[in-house]
Order: sequence, then structure tokens, then C-alpha cells
Amino acid sequence: MLILEHLYKTYYVGDETVHALDDASLHVKPAEFVAICGPSGSGKTTLMNVIGCLDQPDSGRYILDGVDVAECSDNELSMIRSEKIGFVFQQFNLLDSMSALENVELPLIYQKLSQKERIERAKAALDQVGLSNRMLHRPSQLSGGQQQRVAIARALASNSRVILADEPTGNLDSKSGNDVMRMIQRLSSEGYTIVLITHNEEIARQAQRTVYVRDGRLFRSLEEAEQL
Amino acid sequence: MTMFFNSLRLAMRSTLANKMRSFLTMLGIIIGVMSVIILVSIAQSTTSSITNAISSMGSDLLTVSVTDEDITLDLDDFMTLADYDGIAGVAPYLTVSSTARSGSTYTSVSAVGVTGDYMEIAGSDLESGRGIVASDLEWRTYTAVIGSGVAGDLFESYDVIGKTFKMSGHTFTVVGLLSESGSSNDSQILIPLTTAQRIADSTAITSAYVQATSTNTVDIAQAQAEYQMLLLTRDEDSYDVYNMSELLDTLDDVMSTLSLMLGGIAAISLLVGGIGIMNIMLVSVAERTREIGIRKAIGARRSHIMMQFLIEACVLSILGGLIGLGLSALGLQIFGMIADMTIAIEWRAAIIALLFCVVIGVAFGSYPAAKASKMTPIEALQRN
Ligand SMILES: Nc1ncnc2c1ncn2[C@@H]1O[C@H](COP(=O)(O)OP(=O)(O)OP(=O)(O)O)[C@@H](O)[C@H]1O
Ligand SMILES: [Mg+2]
Repeated sequence: MLILEHLYKTYYVGDETVHALDDASLHVKPAEFVAICGPSGSGKTTLMNVIGCLDQPDSGRYILDGVDVAECSDNELSMIRSEKIGFVFQQFNLLDSMSALENVELPLIYQKLSQKERIERAKAALDQVGLSNRMLHRPSQLSGGQQQRVAIARALASNSRVILADEPTGNLDSKSGNDVMRMIQRLSSEGYTIVLITHNEEIARQAQRTVYVRDGRLFRSLEEAEQL
Repeated sequence: MTMFFNSLRLAMRSTLANKMRSFLTMLGIIIGVMSVIILVSIAQSTTSSITNAISSMGSDLLTVSVTDEDITLDLDDFMTLADYDGIAGVAPYLTVSSTARSGSTYTSVSAVGVTGDYMEIAGSDLESGRGIVASDLEWRTYTAVIGSGVAGDLFESYDVIGKTFKMSGHTFTVVGLLSESGSSNDSQILIPLTTAQRIADSTAITSAYVQATSTNTVDIAQAQAEYQMLLLTRDEDSYDVYNMSELLDTLDDVMSTLSLMLGGIAAISLLVGGIGIMNIMLVSVAERTREIGIRKAIGARRSHIMMQFLIEACVLSILGGLIGLGLSALGLQIFGMIADMTIAIEWRAAIIALLFCVVIGVAFGSYPAAKASKMTPIEALQRN
């Protein structure tokens, strides 16, 4: 499903160089649930931005669903983001001027669905995350946990098979965090491919497999990572 | 197409969400459109009232006037013009400004002392009653033929034959009503020339209409009239002979230049309005950077973002244009009420102004929209 091979991404700020990705390779099979775990500044978000086609690596190959992303045009990248990838961000990233329903509808507008179909799918997605009774609420009228569930519904509505979640519980108390994690578990059991980014070991353990990040490099086990 | 309507709905919503800011943004456009439409409409309707007055007289008409106050010509002097073979008729006239009163209603009028031929030569038609005739002049009667505007002002009715009014200390009886012409002639009162001379306390006459035998002989008639006036006054600088169609052409030229100038000034204010829109759109793009990032992350293309902001700019400018159109209709009503005339909206100016608004929306919205669409998703997402 996701094949990343020898990815490099280096930032130069002043005369400091930061290796945000340093020879990072990763294979994620369809329907796999992978956690990416590492301390702050280790390159987790950079990796997710590359996987989500929001950013391009300096070098290396990234094949998504058989397509070499480096060769895609800007419009093709938009299409991949629209149809193949659902994002769940730490800061929720919902639009404040719109209701929960409209937020969930948004990706479907860019898939050029009719209004009727959009509303149907958005309602079904909100139903899946247990928010059918909050459809007309604005994000500011929802709790953090509910906002994150709206964001999950938005990722589900687009029919994407890959869900990328960057610290989805980072801004939540432990109870709503657990709710969100249960939801992600369920999606995993329903066959979604999930890449979950976290710095929390305990949360990482809920995944089928954990990859550890240190200074832009990926390790298969904590011991390997600690040796650094 | 659904994309377009979605963007449109979104643009309407963000315009309405920030009513005060949207209004201030549109203000430049509103004022611009208002000034275009109001100025051009007033210029146009003033011109058409004057040109109507002149062209109703016909293009075979000349006006002869004495410009030197020391030269006094009388009726007989002017009638010598009629002896030329290129000239079909002469209608000397004498205008006295005065106030007419009926009951407690006053109105200021220009009373024109005329001969029996005046109405035919000047091209005025009777609605009812009779005109001024030779015996009126002979007896210096206090009879009057009034324009429809005067009838309305004085009697509030068109049934005026036999009614009387006071003017310059005399009681005049209305014997005829002129048909409505839509020109300044509607506020005229025609009285016998001899009566006007008595009111003015002078036999001096300064102007006359001269009718050529046909429209083709106007030039000959003009030469003959100029020759005879030279004989009468012995001073070529003391009189003028105008050809009506020449006058009309000059007037047209002046007025279209004026309209163009007014339109140009107003167009500049529209342009300034456009810059205001660009300014606010740039602010809006900066404010909504994160929104742009989110939209891109969930699948928006560059063209979608571009369209969203472009349509928003167009909505602002077109809405501003429509509000400006509405306000200028209102403004013209009020102006018409104050100036006591009806001024129609000049639709060509209105349409051009609105089209201009679309152009401004696209032109000044393009840069902010392009700026928004060129942002990379992470760049847009990382900014808070
Ligand atoms: N646009 C940028 N310009 C310069 N350096 C950057 C940029 N983005 C990230 N970095 C650097 O790259 C490294 C990895 O950043 P990244 O955001 O991937 O970390 P992270 O693992 O997500 O951290 P956190 O857990 O705090 O979110 C950091 O050292 C960061 O300073
Ligand atoms: Mg991060």
C-alpha cells in the first residue's frame, strides 16, 4: 500500500542543518495499523506530511497504491489527497465558520459529488462516530473530543482507505483520548490502513506494529532506537 | 458547475458574515457606480431637453439677434428680412421675464411677445384654443397662449381656456394651450408682441426667428439675413445669425465630451474602489491561510482555491455595483424632486458601470486569488 524507500529531507536554518528525514524506509501493507513513535522534533510530522502528499522529500522513492508520487502533478496530488488519504490532525483543523455537517461534506465537494449524495455520506460518517445529534453545531460549540470525532468523520466520508493521524489525542483529556483511540481501533478492524503518529508509548502499543523515530531515522524496535 | 455554485454560496456567506467590512469594501465601488450613473443621467436628460426644444423648431430655422444694446431695431426693421427670396417668414419676438399669479399661486415665467406667424415658424403646436392673431397685436389685448407646464403650475388643470391670471399688473385671459413638448417651451407664455412692448415700455426688439424657404436654402437665407442685418445696423459686430442645425451639432459635441469627461472621472473612482477590494482580499487571504491549508489537505486543487477567492472578489464588486445602481435610482428621484424635473436613469451608463464592476472584480481579485492558490499545503497549514 505505502512504500517509502530511502527518504531524505533536510532543513537548513542559518548555518544549522536539521535532518528531518534521514534514510527513512517504511512499508505499510493494506489494512495494517502502524504507530510511529518518537520524541518531539524527531521528524514524525515531516514523515506524515510526505506520506500524505502534503510535502515532497528531497530524495528517495515513495510509492502510494502503485503510483510514484514524485511524478505526480499538483492536480494529481490534490486528487490523491482527496480520494486516497484521510487526515486527522492534532489541532483538529476544522473550519470554524461551518457546521460539523458542512465540515464533513467539504472533501466531497472536491470529489464533485452532488449535494444530495454529499449530505447522505456526511450524515452516515457522523453517525459512525456517534455525532448524529451534533450535526449543526459549529466546531466552537463542540468539545475537543467531539471536534476530533468530526475530523475522523471527515476522513471517513471521503472513502479514503488510508487514515493518517498526527497526535490525534495530543490535545484531548484521557477519557476523550480513549474514545478516539477506540474509534481508530474499530476502523482498523474494518480494514482501513492506519498510520498513527504519537510520542506516547502506551498509545503506540495499541497498534499492530510500532516504528520508532530518532533524528529522522526509523527503527524497528525501541532497543535499536535507544542504542543511538 | 456544482463547484461554481458552491464557491458562490461560500462567497455570499463570507460576505454576509462580515457585513460591516464587506460594506466598507464595497463603498468605493458603490460611490463609483453612483457617480457614473447619476452624472451621466443628469447630463443626458439636460441635453435631451435642450435638443428637443431646438429640434422641434426645425432645421430650416435661423435665429437673428442684436447683441449691441445701443442699436434699437423695431418690428418694421425686422420685417424687411421677409423681402428676400430665400426667406419664407420672419417672427420677431420680445421676451419679458415676469411672475404670473392665479389666486394665491405664483410662478415665474418667461412671457414672449410674438406676432401671428410665430407659432408656425417656431414650430409650436396648439393643444386647444387659438393662437395669437393680428387683431391681438392691433388692439394690444391682454390675451395669452400658455405652455402645459404653466397650465399645471397656475391652474392645476389643462382646461384653461377663458381662465385669467395676473402678470406685470395686468389681467390676462388664456385663449390657447400649447401641446406638451417635453422642452423648455412648456414653461412659456405667449402674448401679443405689442402688449409685451408696452410692458417692457420700449418698442425695441432684439431677436427674431427666420425661416428659410426650405432646408436646402438655409445657407442662402443665412447669407441674406446677415446682409440685411448689416444694412440695418451698419456694424457687423452688433448682431448674430445662428443656424439651428449648427447649434444642435455644437451642443451635441459639447455634451458628449462632457458626458465622456464625467464618465472618465467616475471610472477613476471605480478603479479606486477596485484597489480597495484588492486590499481587503489580500487581508482575507492572509487571515484564511489555515483554511486554505485545510482545504488543500483534503483535496482542493489550485483552481478550486483560485475560483473561491476570485468569486468572492466578484461578489463584492458586483454587489457593490448593484447597491450603487439602487442608490443612484434613489438619488436621481431626489434630485428630480428638488430640481422639479424627471431624470431617467441612463441605462447604457448603468450597464457599462456594472460590466466595469465585473471587470474590476476579476482584475483586482486575480492577484490575491493567485497568491492564495500558490500556497503549498504545509506552508498554509503551519501558519496559525
Ligand atoms: N519548515 C521547516 N523549516 C525548518 N525546519 C523544520 C521545518 N519543519 C520542521 N523542521 C525541523 O525538522 C525537525 C522535525 O520536525 P517535525 O515537525 O517533523 O517533528 P515532530 O517529530 O513532528 O515533533 P513534534 O512531536 O514536536 O510535533 C525538527 O527539528 C524541526 O525543527
Ligand atoms: Mg509533529
